Amino acid sequence: MGRIELKGISKFFKDEEVIKNLDLTIRDGSFTVLVGPSGCGKSTTLRMIAGLDEQTKGEIWIDDKCVNGVPPGDRDVAMVFQNYALYPTMNVYDNIEFGLINRKVPKKEREKLIKDIAEIVGLSDYMKKKPEMLSGGQRQRVALARAMVKKPQVFILDEPLSNLDAKLRHQMRTELIQLHERLGTTFVYVTHDQVEAMSMGDEIVIMNKGVIQQAASPMTLYNDPANVFAAQFIGTPAMNILPSQELQLPSAQGKRHDIASFGFRPEHALFHAPAAIEGLRLDGMVLTRESLGAENIYQIQSSLGMFSVKTFLEPLTSDTLVTVTVPYERLYYFNSEGQRLRQVEVRRGEEIGTAQAPELVSVGGGL
Amino acid sequence: MSAIEKAVQARESSERNLRPETWSGVKVMNGILKALNIIGMLGLVLIFALPFAWMISTSLKTLPETMIFPPEWIPNDPQWQNFIQAWNSGPFLHYFFNSVLIAGGILILQMLTMIPAAYAFARFQFPGSGILFGFVMVTLMIPSQLIFLPVYLQLSSWHLLNTHLGLILPFASSAFGIFLLRQSFKQVPEELIEAARLDKAKEWKIMWKLMIPMARPALITIALFSFISHWNDYFWPLVMTTNETARTLPLGIAKIRETEGVATWNILMAANLILVVPILIVFFFAQRSIIKAFVYNGVK
Ligand SMILES: Nc1ncnc2c1ncn2[C@@H]1O[C@H](COP(=O)(O)OP(=O)(O)OP(=O)(O)O)[C@@H](O)[C@H]1O
Ligand SMILES: [Mg+2]
Repeated sequence: MGRIELKGISKFFKDEEVIKNLDLTIRDGSFTVLVGPSGCGKSTTLRMIAGLDEQTKGEIWIDDKCVNGVPPGDRDVAMVFQNYALYPTMNVYDNIEFGLINRKVPKKEREKLIKDIAEIVGLSDYMKKKPEMLSGGQRQRVALARAMVKKPQVFILDEPLSNLDAKLRHQMRTELIQLHERLGTTFVYVTHDQVEAMSMGDEIVIMNKGVIQQAASPMTLYNDPANVFAAQFIGTPAMNILPSQELQLPSAQGKRHDIASFGFRPEHALFHAPAAIEGLRLDGMVLTRESLGAENIYQIQSSLGMFSVKTFLEPLTSDTLVTVTVPYERLYYFNSEGQRLRQVEVRRGEEIGTAQAPELVSVGGGL
Repeated sequence: MSAIEKAVQARESSERNLRPETWSGVKVMNGILKALNIIGMLGLVLIFALPFAWMISTSLKTLPETMIFPPEWIPNDPQWQNFIQAWNSGPFLHYFFNSVLIAGGILILQMLTMIPAAYAFARFQFPGSGILFGFVMVTLMIPSQLIFLPVYLQLSSWHLLNTHLGLILPFASSAFGIFLLRQSFKQVPEELIEAARLDKAKEWKIMWKLMIPMARPALITIALFSFISHWNDYFWPLVMTTNETARTLPLGIAKIRETEGVATWNILMAANLILVVPILIVFFFAQRSIIKAFVYNGVK
């Protein structure tokens, strides 16, 4: 079991509140990823779970035990650090063994455990080497082995792949996913790479400035972001957010509410929309084109501002002036605080608002 | 290396020599600087090595040979028996034993006091830690000439004059050592300690298994400096002893000069060599650790 619950957690460094009244439940056996920009408090959150930092307020529960004040070694939590934090004066074997000795595991058992783990992470040939003689990927494996061998309830990984080159990172990503499946242990994983988050996590927690913006599955985050921050954090390019003041947007309840801005994903904008599609027409001028082979990305300037469009398997447009259509049901509305206004959005299968007829709303180019 | 590789390399190097920029002003300047640097270092080596060579040379001469001018560097007939004569000119075994006991005793005592003190100063913030460390640092600035009298009186009242303990106790701890060791403990990345805490290591285990091994180069350097300075120390043993009981090698050597009517330089130098050789041997083995202590960087 490895269910973690954070209840009303706050953390102050001096007078600076880094984590603000955070509530979070991490399911047992989940692969939970904390993402967010640098300095948003991801590491601090992890360190409080591990017991390396004490929270200023609130309670942390692991399973049915409140672990406030429990030292890190007794929390049944293992951590993998960004810089691996291998003990430089010990060889690989001793690095892995250290935690077991401290847990008073008998020698025979230690030997067996270490042998097994070395095979799992593919380190059997390196047991006598010092960390300084290993490559980045091998050090990463040692760090993993050292954490795994303790058979913890919870694995905590703080940007474990950020020191690896792109290829190795990809490989380790896959290995970590497989490892999680095999162990079934709770993984709490920090990254600021949204691709890593989307591909690895089954639960993603988006943080900003010490506050959770949204915690949900990757697909929910993509399809149903809770606010502008979450909407823009997931997806490349980010979701386009444009002001809506001058716009009469159709809304499900007819009322305009206080829609301050609207958004749509670059991949939902269409260059050649069939006439039957009801949507927002945006005229604009193409500023840049990027072709990545299967997909093309355009930066387009309109009178509302700049936005990007992503197309798949379509030839690159050479037009300068274009009209882009975004189906109404692909529009997201936000209020002036950046929160989603779900109740006024138009979704497939719903009647489009009656008061404002769904005539095409058109926006001129920003020329 | 295969023949082909060799050929390629040869061609590359010949091409390099032909390239015009090889002879540009910058390159020449660099070359001159490098040469000056090497000459400078050679000069330094000479300054330090010459007296040493002189000592060895003299220790193998006969007494008349030491007086020849211009001096001869290599004696015609090396007088190995000078060493035996030096050794037998006084209770040198006794001095040697005293030196080992005192320098060794100081070393052990210093390790016992320095390591925990440096560890505490490096790792913990406790009430008064700043002021206490300030006190330690201040003691560095007090010259020993200033305190030898009070120490002498103190030891005298404890009846510790002419005892080994009396020569050891004043050096039971070393502010310089504490300072240096604290620095090297502080260099251990916080993450390593955190990893150890997650590995359920108690504080003493973190100290013994993690911090001390990582500070090993610094420890060896400190130990070496301590041992050498007390092994060679002349002043304190001279002041704190009035008879032979606790006298050390440097005092014994100085006595060779006093007792003989004429200064027997060759015997004196032979005795000096006896004094220095143990240190040279230790240095030889510790050399790599010392260099490491000054260029230490942790594994990323
Ligand atoms: N020991 C500390 N003392 C004071 N402030 C700290 C301390 N540790 C972290 N902070 C502050 O807390 C905030 C959150 O830091 P944290 O390390 O949790 O960010 P992060 O989300 O992990 O960022 P990154 O992605 O760069 O690792 C930052 O503003 C940082 O300056
Ligand atoms: Mg961090």
